[in-house]
Amino acid sequence: MKSEEAICMVEAINLALHRAMQDDADVILLGEDVATNGGVFRATVGLKEAFGIKRVMDTPLAENMIAGLTVGMAVQGLKPVAEIQFMGFIFPAMEQIVCHAARMRNRTRGRLSCPLVIRAPYGGGIHAPEHHSESTEALFAHIPGLRVVTPSSPQRAYGLLLAAIQNPDPVIFLEPKRIYRSQNQHVEDNGKALPLDTCFTLREGSDISLISWGSMIKETLEAASQLADEDIQCEVIDVATLNPIDRETLLASVGKTGRCVIIHEAPITCSVGSEIASILATEALLDLRAPIARVGGYDTVMPYFRLEDQYMPHTDQIVDAVKRTLEFN
Amino acid sequence: MNISYKGQITFSQFINEHSQVITPLPEWAQVDKTLIEYYKLMVIARQFDNKAIALQRTGQLGTYASSSGCEAIDVVTASLMSKEDVLVPYYRNHVMQMIRGMKLSDILLYWGGDERGNSTAAQAEDLPNCVPIATQCLHACGIASAIKIRDQQRATVCMLGDGATSKGDFPEALNVAGVWQLPVVFIINNNQWAISVPRSLQSIAPTLAQKALGAGIRGEQVDGNDVVALHQSVEQALQRARDGKGPTVIEAVSYRLSDHTTADDATRYRPPEALKSGWEKEPIKRLRDYLHAQGWWQENNETEWLQQATQQIQEAVDEYLETPPQPVSSIFDYLYADLPAQLSKQRDIAVSRSQNQGQQQNHKEAQS
Ligand SMILES: Cc1ncc(C[n+]2csc(CCOP(=O)(O)OP(=O)(O)O)c2C)c(N)n1
Ligand SMILES: [Mg+2]
Repeated sequence: MKSEEAICMVEAINLALHRAMQDDADVILLGEDVATNGGVFRATVGLKEAFGIKRVMDTPLAENMIAGLTVGMAVQGLKPVAEIQFMGFIFPAMEQIVCHAARMRNRTRGRLSCPLVIRAPYGGGIHAPEHHSESTEALFAHIPGLRVVTPSSPQRAYGLLLAAIQNPDPVIFLEPKRIYRSQNQHVEDNGKALPLDTCFTLREGSDISLISWGSMIKETLEAASQLADEDIQCEVIDVATLNPIDRETLLASVGKTGRCVIIHEAPITCSVGSEIASILATEALLDLRAPIARVGGYDTVMPYFRLEDQYMPHTDQIVDAVKRTLEFN
Repeated sequence: MNISYKGQITFSQFINEHSQVITPLPEWAQVDKTLIEYYKLMVIARQFDNKAIALQRTGQLGTYASSSGCEAIDVVTASLMSKEDVLVPYYRNHVMQMIRGMKLSDILLYWGGDERGNSTAAQAEDLPNCVPIATQCLHACGIASAIKIRDQQRATVCMLGDGATSKGDFPEALNVAGVWQLPVVFIINNNQWAISVPRSLQSIAPTLAQKALGAGIRGEQVDGNDVVALHQSVEQALQRARDGKGPTVIEAVSYRLSDHTTADDATRYRPPEALKSGWEKEPIKRLRDYLHAQGWWQENNETEWLQQATQQIQEAVDEYLETPPQPVSSIFDYLYADLPAQLSKQRDIAVSRSQNQGQQQNHKEAQS
């Protein structure tokens, strides 16, 4: 792929996979429809042709099997990158992820480890059938021993996926499919990983901190630029790694602005947003000049797509939350 | 050395792909009535399928899983099920749902992204479409257990694809169905593909039916494009289940004539020759040619039936398109038996947001 052209997120993921497989013969790919078909979202297109079916494998249809295989491969020193076709179908794999991948290093006192990556597209907004639109990142962020990473732009998708693959521990790499093709960026194919465990400050501002990740970064940036027209300066932070969370960046930002809105697509209750609010409440109480505001999904099942738009958080809700927070005295 | 176990799998076929009778027909198939009934249902199913795909292509329906190629399996099985039997479908069984009394407009509603397509009175105790692959196999065993515990004479029919046989739920279900001798019939629509993954990459077992043998239960293979073979196997399996004689696995060998769903493009992975050979075996033409040869179905019957089918489908489409979406409150109303207080607040917010949007919309329309 020509890296001079601006590419979208799914192409950046593809580029990172090409690069990782090129640079490290231990990186192998597996999943449903990833080889011949190139993935249902085209994320793995061309990899079978480039690296052969020994390294790019279409598996039988079984997510528990896929996750269990990656554990076995990883303890042998391979670096498996498995695709779960949609996050809604990752649940059969939970036992392998939670009971094995996340704790192999700990239970063998470092003798064995699981340098594996599980990629899964997630989130709503593409009018998909049921089970294809949920955001259940919090289920993974809750598990000690896992890293949970989600990019919000083509460049970060490239750099973070390389980081996930190079990381010596298991990484759940969640791809916000609503923005798979919504933004094109120049992505330099330099093989450079971005740091994990750090937030990215996408826009600096002094009035309020907007904290988000994944596809909601799109609406968050939109809200920030609308508010800038009214002379409200928002700082926008992409959390990117949802566990472990980079507290320093969040605390420093809120220390500066004293106000914040946390924005995500997942249901509000027990979400990663809840954790961030808790960090701020326990460690930045005296910096806060207004209650922490939150914009998120309702605590309901994601409706079928005819009402999906009513479920998804929108830019105007972020704008309203910012104004309410700023008006608080 | 002694042989501890020896099993075999039969393949049954009565009318072959050239519409020739290769096995003497059972009595019911020596007269026209049932065969014509099956034919007519398959034709309407295919018409409906074409229409649904056209609706999706023009943005009037969501992602849709075509039934082209599994009409014989669905038509025969649903026709043989009694009202009291329970259907546990996956997502490719709208033809069965139609035969079990669901309105075509409600089937469209489901694929149009509206939960009301799962809640029609006609569905009675049948489960809604199952999307997470193979999970339904265990529900079928639970339903069959309930039937057995209550000493009822009913069968549970569980539908699944070839890909689904690779997922743990399937062997787990066969195992418990065997140990508990449950009144359940598993019907595998082996259409040779699980999206882009061919049957050969799911299992090197020569048949999928033989997976039943590992669980100690009956397994057989039938030509899934031959209504007579299907009728014979399914009828017997249903009767065995109702009579308390245990479960059966029927592998119906078919071919997926469409893309996996409208979101898929099979030309990326499926050789055109394979598809061509699939069309040569397909169930509708096979039966039409047979009925023609018997003198039971003429051109004028065909024209009349097509007209009738087209009209019926168009009425369903109109009804579907005229159905307004549910109110936003419906997102909350079916979550729990009683809505928790915290959620009532969220519900109020959602409702007022949607009213505001409605007002803004009206305002905009009034201005323009
Ligand atoms: C647990 C799970 N994993 C993945 C998917 C995505 N998916 C939908 S259909 C399908 C292939 C199913 O093939 P098969 O069982 O043969 O049924 P067919 O669609 O061919 O009738 C896959 C992988 C899913 N729905 N559920
Ligand atoms: Mg199949």
